[in-house]
Amino acid sequence: MFTAISQYAAPKNFFTLSRRLAPVFGWTSLALMIAGAYGGLVVAPPDYQQGESVRIIYVHVPSAWMSLFVYVVMAAAGAAGLIWRVKVMDAIARGSAPLGASFTFLALATGSLWGKPMWGAWWVWDARLTSELILLFLYLGYMALQSAIEDPRVAARAGAILALIGLVNIPIIHYSVEWWSTLHQGPTVTKIGAPSIHISMLVPLLIMALAWMCYYFAMVLVRARCELLLLERNTAWARELTARRAVT
Amino acid sequence: MPELREFLQMGGYALYVWSSYGLSFIVLVLNVIIPLWREKEIVQYIAGQPPRDA
Repeated sequence: MFTAISQYAAPKNFFTLSRRLAPVFGWTSLALMIAGAYGGLVVAPPDYQQGESVRIIYVHVPSAWMSLFVYVVMAAAGAAGLIWRVKVMDAIARGSAPLGASFTFLALATGSLWGKPMWGAWWVWDARLTSELILLFLYLGYMALQSAIEDPRVAARAGAILALIGLVNIPIIHYSVEWWSTLHQGPTVTKIGAPSIHISMLVPLLIMALAWMCYYFAMVLVRARCELLLLERNTAWARELTARRAVT
Repeated sequence: MPELREFLQMGGYALYVWSSYGLSFIVLVLNVIIPLWREKEIVQYIAGQPPRDA
C-alpha cells in the first residue's frame, strides 16, 4: 500500500498520474457545475427573507469553503516538502496558491455582491470579512515570495514556513462568527445537530461544493506537473516526454 | 417569453446574482486556460533545448 502511493513521489510517475487523473476530475467538475448551477438558479426556491439574491450562496459558499481547504492543503504539502524533501509536495503547495487566491477572491467578491442588496454595504470590517481578506493577502504574499526567490528549494522552504505561520488564521476565519458578534451570519450547514438549511437548498449547495473540490483537484494536478516539468527540465524523463509531445 | 424574462430579472437582484455567477465563470475559466497554456510553453521550451546530458 505504502509503495503503491509512494511511487508517485517520483516526479515522472506523478506527471503520468496527473495526465491521467486531471481530465477525470475536470470533466466531473464541469458536469457537477452544470447540475449545481441548474439546481441553484432554477430548482431551488427563493429565500423567504432574501428573495432571489440567496442564489449567490451557491457560488459564494463553495468558494469560501475551498479558500480554507486549499490553504490547509498548501500548508500541509509545504510541511511535507519541508520534512521529507519531496519535490512533488513542494509542487503541490506552489500550484495550490493561485487557486486558493482565486477562491478567496471569489468568496470576497460574491459576498460583496450579496452584501450590497442585503446589508446595504459592499463591505464591512467585521471579523469574518477581515480575516478572509487577510487570507487573500497570505496567498498573495506566498506567491510574491515564490516569484522573488530564484532557487526553487529555498523558495519552497520559505513558502512552507510562511504557509505554516499563516495557518493560525484558518480557525480564526472559521470561528470568527462565533467568537465575535459579526454582521456575517453564523454557520448553517456545519452546525452541530441538524443543518438549519432546507434540503432543497442544501442539495444544490453540496453539488456545487463537490464541483469546486473536483475543479481544485484537476487544476492543482495540472499546475503541480507544470512546476515539476520546469524543475526537472534537464532530466532524461522530461526530455523524453516533451520530445514525444512536441512532435505529435 | 415572460418566464425567461422573469428568470433573468431574478426578482430585482439580476445585477448581483448574474455578476456573481459571471465573475465565478470568468475566474474559473482563466484558471483552466492559463496553466494549460503555460504547460504548452514549458513543453516547447524543453523540446527546443539542445541535448546536454546525452
